[in-house]
Amino acid sequence: MTILVIAEHDNASLKPETHKVVAAATAIGGDIEILVAGHNCQDVAVNAATLSGVSKVLVADNQSYADQLAENIGLLVADLGKSYSHILTAASTTGKNFLPRAAALLDVNQISDVIRVESSDTFVRPFYAGNAIATVKSQDTIKVLTIRTSAFDGVTQEGSAAVVAIDNAHDAGVSSFVSGEMTESERPELGSARVIVSGGRGMQNGENFAMLEELADKLGAGVGASRAAVDAGFVPNDMQVGQTGKIVAPELYIAVGISGAIQHLAGMKDSKVIVAINKDPEAPIFQVADYGLEADLFDVIPALNEQL
Amino acid sequence: MKILVPIKRVVDYNVKVRVKSDNTDVDLSNLKMSINPFCEIAVEEAVRLKEAGVASEVVVVSVGDKACQEQIRTALALGADRGIQVDTDQKPLPLSIAKLLHKVVEQEDPSIVLLGKQTIDGDNNQTGQMLAALAGMGQGTFASELKIDGDKALVTREVDGGLVTVALSLPAVVTTDLRLNEPRYASLPNIMKAKRKPITVTTPEELGVTIESTVEVLKVESPASRSAGVMVDSVEQLIEKLKTEAKVI
Repeated sequence: MTILVIAEHDNASLKPETHKVVAAATAIGGDIEILVAGHNCQDVAVNAATLSGVSKVLVADNQSYADQLAENIGLLVADLGKSYSHILTAASTTGKNFLPRAAALLDVNQISDVIRVESSDTFVRPFYAGNAIATVKSQDTIKVLTIRTSAFDGVTQEGSAAVVAIDNAHDAGVSSFVSGEMTESERPELGSARVIVSGGRGMQNGENFAMLEELADKLGAGVGASRAAVDAGFVPNDMQVGQTGKIVAPELYIAVGISGAIQHLAGMKDSKVIVAINKDPEAPIFQVADYGLEADLFDVIPALNEQL
Repeated sequence: MKILVPIKRVVDYNVKVRVKSDNTDVDLSNLKMSINPFCEIAVEEAVRLKEAGVASEVVVVSVGDKACQEQIRTALALGADRGIQVDTDQKPLPLSIAKLLHKVVEQEDPSIVLLGKQTIDGDNNQTGQMLAALAGMGQGTFASELKIDGDKALVTREVDGGLVTVALSLPAVVTTDLRLNEPRYASLPNIMKAKRKPITVTTPEELGVTIESTVEVLKVESPASRSAGVMVDSVEQLIEKLKTEAKVI
Protein backbone atom coordinates (compact mmCIF):
# COMPACT_ATOMS: atom_id res chain seq x y z
CA MET A 1 0.00 0.00 0.00
CA THR A 2 1.54 3.28 -1.10
CA ILE A 3 -0.09 6.64 -0.49
CA LEU A 4 0.41 9.66 -2.71
CA VAL A 5 0.10 13.07 -1.04
CA ILE A 6 -0.02 16.07 -3.36
CA ALA A 7 1.80 19.03 -1.82
CA GLU A 8 0.16 22.42 -1.47
CA HIS A 9 2.62 25.19 -2.35
CA ASP A 10 3.17 28.39 -4.30
CA ASN A 11 6.39 27.23 -6.05
CA ALA A 12 8.43 29.03 -3.35
CA SER A 13 7.32 27.46 -0.09
CA LEU A 14 5.43 24.45 1.18
CA LYS A 15 2.08 25.31 2.82
CA PRO A 16 1.49 23.96 6.37
CA GLU A 17 -1.65 22.21 5.04
CA THR A 18 0.63 19.54 3.60
CA HIS A 19 1.94 18.65 7.10
CA LYS A 20 -1.65 17.87 8.08
CA VAL A 21 -2.42 15.83 4.99
CA VAL A 22 0.68 13.73 5.73
CA ALA A 23 -0.73 13.22 9.25
CA ALA A 24 -3.94 11.86 7.69
CA ALA A 25 -1.85 9.63 5.42
CA THR A 26 0.05 8.36 8.46
CA ALA A 27 -3.27 7.44 10.08
CA ILE A 28 -4.12 5.32 7.02
CA GLY A 29 -0.77 3.55 7.30
CA GLY A 30 1.57 2.57 4.49
CA ASP A 31 4.39 4.02 2.49
CA ILE A 32 3.89 7.78 1.95
CA GLU A 33 5.19 9.64 -1.09
CA ILE A 34 4.72 13.33 -1.83
CA LEU A 35 4.21 14.84 -5.26
CA VAL A 36 5.37 18.42 -5.79
CA ALA A 37 4.04 19.63 -9.12
CA GLY A 38 5.02 23.15 -10.09
CA HIS A 39 7.67 25.22 -11.74
CA ASN A 40 11.03 26.15 -10.18
CA CYS A 41 9.79 24.43 -7.05
CA GLN A 42 12.96 22.69 -5.85
CA ASP A 43 12.88 24.43 -2.45
CA VAL A 44 9.38 23.12 -1.87
CA ALA A 45 10.55 19.58 -2.60
CA VAL A 46 13.51 19.88 -0.24
CA ASN A 47 11.20 21.11 2.49
CA ALA A 48 8.63 18.35 1.81
CA ALA A 49 11.41 15.76 2.18
CA THR A 50 11.80 16.72 5.84
CA LEU A 51 8.22 15.81 6.77
CA SER A 52 8.16 12.87 9.17
CA GLY A 53 6.93 9.59 7.73
CA VAL A 54 7.55 10.45 4.07
CA SER A 55 9.66 7.98 2.10
CA LYS A 56 10.02 9.77 -1.21
CA VAL A 57 9.33 13.15 -2.82
CA LEU A 58 8.53 13.26 -6.53
CA VAL A 59 9.12 16.57 -8.26
CA ALA A 60 7.36 17.33 -11.53
CA ASP A 61 8.96 20.63 -12.47
CA ASN A 62 7.38 21.97 -15.63
CA GLN A 63 6.09 25.28 -16.94
CA SER A 64 2.64 23.72 -17.46
CA TYR A 65 2.30 23.17 -13.68
CA ALA A 66 3.42 26.68 -12.68
CA ASP A 67 -0.08 28.02 -12.04
CA GLN A 68 -1.61 24.83 -10.62
CA LEU A 69 -4.11 24.67 -13.48
CA ALA A 70 -6.49 21.80 -12.70
CA GLU A 71 -6.55 20.59 -16.31
CA ASN A 72 -2.78 19.93 -16.30
CA ILE A 73 -2.29 18.79 -12.69
CA GLY A 74 -5.38 16.57 -13.06
CA LEU A 75 -3.78 14.72 -15.97
CA LEU A 76 -0.51 14.32 -14.05
CA VAL A 77 -2.21 13.00 -10.90
CA ALA A 78 -4.44 10.64 -12.90
CA ASP A 79 -1.38 9.31 -14.73
CA LEU A 80 0.79 8.80 -11.64
CA GLY A 81 -2.08 7.87 -9.37
CA LYS A 82 -2.75 4.49 -10.98
CA SER A 83 0.05 2.87 -9.01
CA TYR A 84 -1.11 4.11 -5.58
CA SER A 85 -3.69 2.81 -3.13
CA HIS A 86 -4.63 6.28 -1.86
CA ILE A 87 -4.34 9.80 -3.24
CA LEU A 88 -4.67 12.63 -0.74
CA THR A 89 -4.56 16.38 -0.80
CA ALA A 90 -5.81 19.27 1.31
CA ALA A 91 -9.44 20.38 0.94
CA SER A 92 -8.16 23.82 -0.06
CA THR A 93 -9.37 25.65 -3.16
CA THR A 94 -6.42 24.15 -5.06
CA GLY A 95 -7.13 20.59 -3.93
CA LYS A 96 -10.87 20.93 -4.48
CA ASN A 97 -10.15 22.16 -7.98
CA PHE A 98 -7.88 19.45 -9.39
CA LEU A 99 -8.52 16.31 -7.33
CA PRO A 100 -12.11 15.55 -8.48
CA ARG A 101 -10.81 15.96 -12.01
CA ALA A 102 -8.10 13.36 -11.40
CA ALA A 103 -10.62 11.05 -9.68
CA ALA A 104 -12.96 11.15 -12.68
CA LEU A 105 -10.08 10.38 -15.03
CA LEU A 106 -9.22 7.39 -12.80
CA ASP A 107 -12.95 6.46 -12.83
CA VAL A 108 -13.23 6.43 -9.03
CA ASN A 109 -15.28 8.44 -6.58
CA GLN A 110 -13.74 11.02 -4.29
CA ILE A 111 -14.44 11.44 -0.60
CA SER A 112 -14.35 15.14 0.25
CA ASP A 113 -13.36 16.85 3.48
CA VAL A 114 -12.28 13.81 5.52
CA ILE A 115 -12.09 14.66 9.23
CA ARG A 116 -11.11 11.22 10.56
CA VAL A 117 -9.51 8.03 9.28
CA GLU A 118 -11.11 4.87 10.71
CA SER A 119 -9.15 2.40 8.60
CA SER A 120 -7.57 2.18 5.17
CA ASP A 121 -11.00 2.15 3.50
CA THR A 122 -13.29 3.81 6.06
CA PHE A 123 -13.42 7.55 6.57
CA VAL A 124 -15.50 10.11 8.42
CA ARG A 125 -16.75 13.31 6.82
CA PRO A 126 -19.33 15.99 7.64
CA PHE A 127 -22.13 16.97 5.27
CA TYR A 128 -25.28 19.15 5.46
CA ALA A 129 -23.12 22.07 6.64
CA GLY A 130 -21.68 19.94 9.43
CA ASN A 131 -25.10 19.05 10.86
CA ALA A 132 -24.51 15.37 10.11
CA ILE A 133 -21.36 13.25 10.20
CA ALA A 134 -21.12 10.23 7.89
CA THR A 135 -18.86 7.23 8.25
CA VAL A 136 -18.29 5.91 4.74
CA LYS A 137 -16.54 2.86 3.34
CA SER A 138 -14.95 3.09 -0.08
CA GLN A 139 -14.84 0.07 -2.37
CA ASP A 140 -12.86 1.92 -4.99
CA THR A 141 -9.50 0.43 -5.98
CA ILE A 142 -7.88 3.82 -5.46
CA LYS A 143 -9.14 5.90 -2.56
CA VAL A 144 -9.15 9.56 -3.51
CA LEU A 145 -9.57 11.89 -0.52
CA THR A 146 -9.43 15.58 0.27
CA ILE A 147 -8.48 16.22 3.89
CA ARG A 148 -10.04 18.85 6.13
CA THR A 149 -6.77 20.13 7.53
CA SER A 150 -8.33 21.77 10.59
CA ALA A 151 -9.17 18.27 11.86
CA PHE A 152 -5.56 16.99 11.90
CA ASP A 153 -2.38 18.04 13.70
CA GLY A 154 0.54 18.45 11.33
CA VAL A 155 3.47 16.02 11.40
CA THR A 156 6.89 17.14 12.59
CA GLN A 157 9.84 17.79 10.28
CA GLU A 158 12.28 15.09 11.27
CA GLY A 159 12.33 13.12 8.05
CA SER A 160 14.90 12.86 5.31
CA ALA A 161 13.21 11.46 2.24
CA ALA A 162 14.84 11.13 -1.14
CA VAL A 163 13.92 13.78 -3.72
CA VAL A 164 13.38 12.33 -7.18
CA ALA A 165 12.74 14.41 -10.28
CA ILE A 166 10.15 12.93 -12.63
CA ASP A 167 9.83 13.73 -16.27
CA ASN A 168 6.10 13.76 -16.73
CA ALA A 169 4.76 16.74 -18.63
CA HIS A 170 1.07 17.22 -19.32
CA ASP A 171 -0.58 20.18 -20.92
CA ALA A 172 -4.28 19.79 -21.68
CA GLY A 173 -4.11 22.96 -23.75
CA VAL A 174 -7.60 24.16 -22.81
CA SER A 175 -6.81 26.70 -20.12
CA SER A 176 -4.31 29.38 -19.22
CA PHE A 177 -3.53 31.64 -16.30
CA VAL A 178 -4.37 35.30 -16.93
CA SER A 179 -3.83 37.13 -13.65
CA GLY A 180 -3.89 36.81 -9.89
CA GLU A 181 -4.86 39.27 -7.23
CA MET A 182 -3.73 38.08 -3.81
CA THR A 183 -4.72 39.71 -0.53
CA GLU A 184 -1.64 40.94 1.29
CA SER A 185 -1.64 40.24 4.99
CA GLU A 186 0.96 40.10 7.72
CA ARG A 187 -1.37 38.20 10.01
CA PRO A 188 -1.42 34.42 10.37
CA GLU A 189 -3.40 32.53 7.74
CA LEU A 190 -6.86 31.54 8.92
CA GLY A 191 -6.19 27.84 8.40
CA SER A 192 -3.26 27.77 10.81
CA ALA A 193 -4.04 30.64 13.20
CA ARG A 194 -4.20 29.78 16.92
CA VAL A 195 -6.65 32.63 17.52
CA ILE A 196 -9.18 34.10 15.09
CA VAL A 197 -11.16 37.32 15.48
CA SER A 198 -14.14 37.45 13.11
CA GLY A 199 -16.51 40.26 12.27
CA GLY A 200 -20.01 40.20 10.83
CA ARG A 201 -22.66 42.58 9.62
CA GLY A 202 -22.61 44.27 13.01
CA MET A 203 -19.29 45.87 12.08
CA GLN A 204 -21.33 48.23 9.86
CA ASN A 205 -18.49 49.07 7.46
CA GLY A 206 -15.00 48.14 6.35
CA GLU A 207 -13.29 50.92 8.27
CA ASN A 208 -14.55 49.51 11.55
CA PHE A 209 -12.63 46.29 10.85
CA ALA A 210 -9.52 48.28 11.87
CA MET A 211 -10.69 47.79 15.48
CA LEU A 212 -10.73 44.02 14.98
CA GLU A 213 -7.33 44.13 13.32
CA GLU A 214 -5.94 45.95 16.34
CA LEU A 215 -7.41 43.27 18.59
CA ALA A 216 -6.05 40.55 16.30
CA ASP A 217 -2.56 42.06 16.42
CA LYS A 218 -2.66 42.10 20.23
CA LEU A 219 -3.61 38.41 20.25
CA GLY A 220 -1.44 37.29 17.32
CA ALA A 221 -4.69 36.33 15.64
CA GLY A 222 -6.00 35.93 12.11
CA VAL A 223 -9.00 38.00 11.02
CA GLY A 224 -12.08 36.30 9.59
CA ALA A 225 -15.54 37.40 8.53
CA SER A 226 -19.07 36.18 8.02
CA ARG A 227 -20.67 36.06 4.60
CA ALA A 228 -22.72 39.15 5.43
CA ALA A 229 -19.56 41.17 6.02
CA VAL A 230 -18.02 39.92 2.77
CA ASP A 231 -21.15 40.47 0.69
CA ALA A 232 -21.48 43.98 2.08
CA GLY A 233 -17.95 44.64 0.79
CA PHE A 234 -16.41 45.24 4.24
CA VAL A 235 -13.60 42.74 3.59
CA PRO A 236 -12.34 40.50 0.75
CA ASN A 237 -14.05 37.14 0.28
CA ASP A 238 -11.02 35.00 1.09
CA MET A 239 -11.63 36.03 4.72
CA GLN A 240 -15.00 34.28 4.81
CA VAL A 241 -15.40 31.57 7.43
CA GLY A 242 -18.20 29.08 6.87
CA GLN A 243 -19.65 26.19 4.89
CA THR A 244 -18.60 27.79 1.63
CA GLY A 245 -15.59 29.72 2.88
CA LYS A 246 -12.78 28.53 5.10
CA ILE A 247 -13.27 25.89 7.76
CA VAL A 248 -11.28 26.73 10.87
CA ALA A 249 -10.75 25.20 14.29
CA PRO A 250 -8.50 27.56 16.28
CA GLU A 251 -7.96 27.44 20.03
CA LEU A 252 -9.91 30.67 20.41
CA TYR A 253 -12.54 32.07 18.06
CA ILE A 254 -13.98 35.50 18.84
CA ALA A 255 -17.18 36.23 16.90
CA VAL A 256 -17.99 39.92 16.87
CA GLY A 257 -21.33 41.14 15.54
CA ILE A 258 -22.04 37.75 13.95
CA SER A 259 -25.50 36.25 14.46
CA GLY A 260 -24.39 32.64 13.94
CA ALA A 261 -26.28 31.31 10.90
CA ILE A 262 -26.00 27.57 10.14
CA GLN A 263 -23.62 28.33 7.27
CA HIS A 264 -21.23 30.30 9.50
CA LEU A 265 -21.31 27.78 12.36
CA ALA A 266 -20.32 25.07 9.85
CA GLY A 267 -16.97 26.80 9.49
CA MET A 268 -16.02 27.43 13.11
CA LYS A 269 -17.95 25.29 15.57
CA ASP A 270 -15.03 22.93 16.13
CA SER A 271 -13.02 25.78 17.64
CA LYS A 272 -11.82 24.94 21.15
CA VAL A 273 -13.13 28.06 22.85
CA ILE A 274 -15.74 30.32 21.27
CA VAL A 275 -16.42 33.86 22.46
CA ALA A 276 -19.46 35.75 21.17
CA ILE A 277 -19.88 39.49 21.42
CA ASN A 278 -23.31 40.60 20.26
CA LYS A 279 -25.96 43.03 21.41
CA ASP A 280 -28.81 40.69 20.44
CA PRO A 281 -29.37 38.21 23.30
CA GLU A 282 -31.34 35.96 20.91
CA ALA A 283 -28.47 35.59 18.42
CA PRO A 284 -27.90 31.85 17.71
CA ILE A 285 -24.14 32.34 18.19
CA PHE A 286 -24.74 32.40 21.96
CA GLN A 287 -25.92 28.78 21.77
CA VAL A 288 -22.43 27.59 20.83
CA ALA A 289 -20.35 30.21 22.65
CA ASP A 290 -18.34 29.21 25.72
CA TYR A 291 -18.29 32.84 26.80
CA GLY A 292 -20.92 35.31 25.69
CA LEU A 293 -21.01 39.03 26.23
CA GLU A 294 -24.26 40.77 25.41
CA ALA A 295 -23.10 44.29 24.64
CA ASP A 296 -22.41 46.77 21.88
CA LEU A 297 -19.25 45.76 20.05
CA PHE A 298 -18.34 49.43 19.64
CA ASP A 299 -17.98 49.61 23.44
CA VAL A 300 -16.45 46.18 23.90
CA ILE A 301 -13.73 46.05 21.24
CA PRO A 302 -12.05 49.35 22.21
CA ALA A 303 -12.20 48.26 25.86
CA LEU A 304 -10.59 44.91 24.95
CA ASN A 305 -7.92 46.68 22.93
CA GLU A 306 -7.18 48.90 25.89
CA GLN A 307 -7.05 46.19 28.52
CA LEU A 308 -5.11 43.50 26.67
CA MET B 1 -24.48 29.89 -27.90
CA LYS B 2 -26.26 27.35 -25.77
CA ILE B 3 -25.77 27.12 -22.01
CA LEU B 4 -26.53 23.98 -20.04
CA VAL B 5 -27.26 24.46 -16.34
CA PRO B 6 -27.38 21.35 -14.15
CA ILE B 7 -29.39 22.00 -10.97
CA LYS B 8 -30.22 20.00 -7.84
CA ARG B 9 -33.20 19.77 -5.52
CA VAL B 10 -31.92 19.96 -1.94
CA VAL B 11 -33.25 20.69 1.51
CA ASP B 12 -33.77 24.43 1.97
CA TYR B 13 -30.67 26.19 3.27
CA ASN B 14 -32.48 27.59 6.30
CA VAL B 15 -33.50 24.16 7.56
CA LYS B 16 -31.35 22.51 10.20
CA VAL B 17 -31.53 18.81 9.39
CA ARG B 18 -31.76 16.08 12.01
CA VAL B 19 -30.18 12.66 11.86
CA LYS B 20 -32.60 9.69 11.86
CA SER B 21 -32.72 7.75 15.12
CA ASP B 22 -31.48 4.58 13.38
CA ASN B 23 -28.36 6.48 12.19
CA THR B 24 -28.86 5.51 8.54
CA ASP B 25 -29.29 8.99 7.09
CA VAL B 26 -30.66 12.44 7.76
CA ASP B 27 -34.43 12.77 8.05
CA LEU B 28 -35.76 14.72 5.08
CA SER B 29 -39.43 13.87 5.49
CA ASN B 30 -41.74 16.90 5.41
CA LEU B 31 -38.88 19.36 5.06
CA LYS B 32 -38.95 22.31 2.72
CA MET B 33 -37.01 21.54 -0.46
CA SER B 34 -35.52 24.16 -2.77
CA ILE B 35 -33.17 24.65 -5.66
CA ASN B 36 -29.58 24.47 -4.35
CA PRO B 37 -28.45 28.10 -3.77
CA PHE B 38 -25.32 27.73 -5.93
CA CYS B 39 -27.43 26.25 -8.76
CA GLU B 40 -29.75 29.24 -8.53
CA ILE B 41 -26.75 31.51 -9.08
CA ALA B 42 -25.81 29.39 -12.13
CA VAL B 43 -29.33 29.78 -13.57
CA GLU B 44 -29.21 33.54 -12.95
CA GLU B 45 -25.83 33.88 -14.68
CA ALA B 46 -27.05 31.88 -17.70
CA VAL B 47 -30.19 34.02 -17.96
CA ARG B 48 -28.10 37.20 -17.73
CA LEU B 49 -25.86 35.93 -20.56
CA LYS B 50 -29.02 35.37 -22.59
CA GLU B 51 -30.32 38.84 -21.79
CA ALA B 52 -26.96 40.27 -22.82
CA GLY B 53 -27.34 38.55 -26.20
CA VAL B 54 -24.37 36.24 -25.58
CA ALA B 55 -26.42 33.08 -25.12
CA SER B 56 -29.30 32.02 -27.34
CA GLU B 57 -30.73 29.18 -25.28
CA VAL B 58 -30.58 28.14 -21.63
CA VAL B 59 -31.33 24.48 -20.89
CA VAL B 60 -31.62 23.23 -17.30
CA VAL B 61 -31.10 19.60 -16.37
CA SER B 62 -31.64 17.81 -13.10
CA VAL B 63 -30.96 14.24 -12.03
CA GLY B 64 -33.55 12.91 -9.61
CA ASP B 65 -37.05 11.60 -9.10
CA LYS B 66 -40.18 13.32 -10.43
CA ALA B 67 -40.17 15.80 -7.55
CA CYS B 68 -37.14 17.58 -9.01
CA GLN B 69 -39.39 18.83 -11.84
CA GLU B 70 -40.56 21.39 -9.29
CA GLN B 71 -37.03 22.88 -9.19
CA ILE B 72 -36.72 22.66 -12.99
CA ARG B 73 -39.97 24.71 -13.16
CA THR B 74 -38.44 27.24 -10.77
CA ALA B 75 -35.46 27.60 -13.10
CA LEU B 76 -37.80 27.97 -16.09
CA ALA B 77 -39.65 30.72 -14.21
CA LEU B 78 -36.32 32.47 -13.67
CA GLY B 79 -35.79 32.55 -17.42
CA ALA B 80 -34.44 29.20 -18.63
CA ASP B 81 -35.97 27.99 -21.93
CA ARG B 82 -36.51 24.28 -21.39
CA GLY B 83 -35.77 21.49 -18.97
CA ILE B 84 -34.49 17.94 -18.95
CA GLN B 85 -35.12 15.54 -16.10
CA VAL B 86 -32.93 12.46 -15.83
CA ASP B 87 -35.36 10.27 -13.96
CA THR B 88 -33.99 8.08 -11.18
CA ASP B 89 -35.03 7.13 -7.65
CA GLN B 90 -31.43 6.47 -6.69
CA LYS B 91 -29.20 9.08 -5.13
CA PRO B 92 -26.17 8.94 -7.41
CA LEU B 93 -22.70 9.98 -6.24
CA PRO B 94 -21.02 12.90 -8.05
CA LEU B 95 -19.12 10.60 -10.44
CA SER B 96 -22.36 9.00 -11.68
CA ILE B 97 -24.03 12.40 -11.94
CA ALA B 98 -21.04 13.65 -13.95
CA LYS B 99 -21.35 10.63 -16.28
CA LEU B 100 -25.07 11.29 -16.79
CA LEU B 101 -24.42 14.98 -17.41
CA HIS B 102 -21.63 14.09 -19.82
CA LYS B 103 -24.15 12.18 -21.96
CA VAL B 104 -26.52 15.15 -21.86
CA VAL B 105 -23.62 17.42 -22.86
CA GLU B 106 -22.91 15.14 -25.84
CA GLN B 107 -26.56 15.36 -26.92
CA GLU B 108 -27.02 19.08 -26.34
CA ASP B 109 -23.55 20.29 -27.32
CA PRO B 110 -23.55 23.45 -25.15
CA SER B 111 -20.78 26.05 -25.26
CA ILE B 112 -20.83 26.49 -21.50
CA VAL B 113 -21.96 24.20 -18.72
CA LEU B 114 -22.70 26.28 -15.61
CA LEU B 115 -23.02 24.46 -12.30
CA GLY B 116 -23.01 25.41 -8.65
CA LYS B 117 -19.66 24.88 -6.93
CA GLN B 118 -21.25 22.54 -4.41
CA THR B 119 -24.60 21.36 -3.15
CA ILE B 120 -25.43 22.26 0.41
CA ASP B 121 -26.57 18.71 1.22
CA GLY B 122 -23.65 16.57 0.03
CA ASP B 123 -21.03 19.36 0.38
CA ASN B 124 -18.88 17.41 -2.10
CA ASN B 125 -17.74 20.12 -4.49
CA GLN B 126 -16.91 17.55 -7.21
CA THR B 127 -19.50 17.29 -9.97
CA GLY B 128 -18.39 20.21 -12.19
CA GLN B 129 -14.75 19.17 -12.04
CA MET B 130 -15.62 15.53 -12.81
CA LEU B 131 -17.84 16.52 -15.73
CA ALA B 132 -15.09 18.76 -17.14
CA ALA B 133 -12.64 15.85 -16.89
CA LEU B 134 -14.97 13.40 -18.66
CA ALA B 135 -15.79 15.91 -21.40
CA GLY B 136 -12.15 16.97 -21.76
CA MET B 137 -13.13 20.60 -21.19
CA GLY B 138 -11.39 23.34 -19.26
CA GLN B 139 -12.88 24.29 -15.89
CA GLY B 140 -13.40 27.60 -14.14
CA THR B 141 -14.38 26.64 -10.61
CA PHE B 142 -15.61 28.94 -7.80
CA ALA B 143 -16.34 31.72 -10.29
CA SER B 144 -17.07 35.21 -9.05
CA GLU B 145 -16.98 36.71 -12.56
CA LEU B 146 -17.58 35.24 -16.00
CA LYS B 147 -16.89 37.02 -19.28
CA ILE B 148 -17.14 35.62 -22.77
CA ASP B 149 -14.47 36.90 -25.09
CA GLY B 150 -14.78 35.39 -28.58
CA ASP B 151 -14.05 31.68 -28.32
CA LYS B 152 -12.79 31.98 -24.76
CA ALA B 153 -14.35 32.27 -21.33
CA LEU B 154 -12.55 34.51 -18.85
CA VAL B 155 -13.31 33.27 -15.36
CA THR B 156 -12.30 35.04 -12.15
CA ARG B 157 -12.06 32.42 -9.43
CA GLU B 158 -12.26 32.80 -5.67
CA VAL B 159 -9.22 31.03 -4.24
CA ASP B 160 -7.58 30.88 -0.81
CA GLY B 161 -5.65 34.12 -0.56
CA GLY B 162 -7.46 36.10 -3.22
CA LEU B 163 -8.67 35.92 -6.81
CA VAL B 164 -7.26 34.26 -9.91
CA THR B 165 -8.40 34.78 -13.50
CA VAL B 166 -8.10 31.99 -16.06
CA ALA B 167 -8.90 31.85 -19.77
CA LEU B 168 -10.71 28.72 -20.97
CA SER B 169 -11.28 27.53 -24.52
CA LEU B 170 -14.96 26.97 -25.25
CA PRO B 171 -16.75 24.69 -24.63
CA ALA B 172 -15.96 24.92 -20.93
CA VAL B 173 -17.35 24.10 -17.51
CA VAL B 174 -17.86 26.90 -14.97
CA THR B 175 -18.93 26.45 -11.34
CA THR B 176 -20.43 29.35 -9.43
CA ASP B 177 -19.42 30.91 -6.15
CA LEU B 178 -21.79 32.96 -4.02
CA ARG B 179 -20.53 36.29 -5.26
CA LEU B 180 -21.09 35.71 -8.98
CA ASN B 181 -24.48 37.41 -8.85
CA GLU B 182 -27.65 38.04 -6.87
CA PRO B 183 -30.39 35.73 -8.20
CA ARG B 184 -33.72 37.35 -9.06
CA TYR B 185 -37.12 36.32 -7.80
CA ALA B 186 -39.55 34.72 -10.20
CA SER B 187 -42.57 36.93 -10.92
CA LEU B 188 -46.06 35.44 -10.96
CA PRO B 189 -46.49 35.94 -14.76
CA ASN B 190 -43.15 34.19 -15.30
CA ILE B 191 -44.18 31.34 -13.02
CA MET B 192 -47.37 30.95 -15.09
CA LYS B 193 -45.38 31.11 -18.36
CA ALA B 194 -42.95 28.49 -17.05
CA LYS B 195 -45.77 25.97 -16.82
CA ARG B 196 -45.93 25.92 -20.62
CA LYS B 197 -42.21 25.51 -21.17
CA PRO B 198 -41.21 21.97 -22.12
CA ILE B 199 -39.53 19.46 -19.80
CA THR B 200 -38.31 16.27 -21.44
CA VAL B 201 -37.76 13.18 -19.33
CA THR B 202 -34.99 10.72 -19.98
CA THR B 203 -33.51 7.88 -17.94
CA PRO B 204 -30.02 6.67 -17.08
CA GLU B 205 -30.77 3.59 -19.26
CA GLU B 206 -31.60 5.78 -22.26
CA LEU B 207 -28.38 7.67 -21.69
CA GLY B 208 -26.48 4.40 -21.41
CA VAL B 209 -25.15 5.06 -17.92
CA THR B 210 -25.28 2.59 -15.05
CA ILE B 211 -25.43 4.32 -11.70
CA GLU B 212 -22.78 2.76 -9.52
CA SER B 213 -22.16 3.38 -5.86
CA THR B 214 -18.72 2.47 -4.65
CA VAL B 215 -19.05 4.38 -1.41
CA GLU B 216 -21.17 2.76 1.27
CA VAL B 217 -22.55 4.87 4.09
CA LEU B 218 -22.01 2.85 7.28
CA LYS B 219 -23.62 5.33 9.63
CA VAL B 220 -24.75 8.91 9.95
CA GLU B 221 -24.50 10.64 13.31
CA SER B 222 -25.19 14.03 14.80
CA PRO B 223 -22.09 16.06 15.46
CA ALA B 224 -20.91 16.28 19.05
CA SER B 225 -23.16 18.92 20.49
CA ARG B 226 -21.75 22.08 21.94
CA SER B 227 -23.60 23.33 24.90
CA ALA B 228 -24.04 26.98 25.63
CA GLY B 229 -21.43 28.33 27.99
CA VAL B 230 -21.68 31.22 30.36
CA MET B 231 -22.61 34.84 29.85
CA VAL B 232 -20.16 37.33 31.26
CA ASP B 233 -21.11 40.81 32.38
CA SER B 234 -18.11 42.87 31.45
CA VAL B 235 -14.97 43.08 29.37
CA GLU B 236 -12.89 42.66 32.54
CA GLN B 237 -14.67 39.41 33.37
CA LEU B 238 -14.25 38.15 29.81
CA ILE B 239 -10.49 38.75 29.86
CA GLU B 240 -10.25 37.18 33.32
CA LYS B 241 -12.10 34.03 32.17
CA LEU B 242 -10.02 33.69 29.00
CA LYS B 243 -6.82 34.04 31.01
CA THR B 244 -7.49 31.89 34.04
CA GLU B 245 -10.31 29.51 33.10
CA ALA B 246 -9.90 28.82 29.37
CA LYS B 247 -6.18 29.73 29.42
CA VAL B 248 -6.24 30.76 25.76
CA ILE B 249 -4.76 34.25 26.01
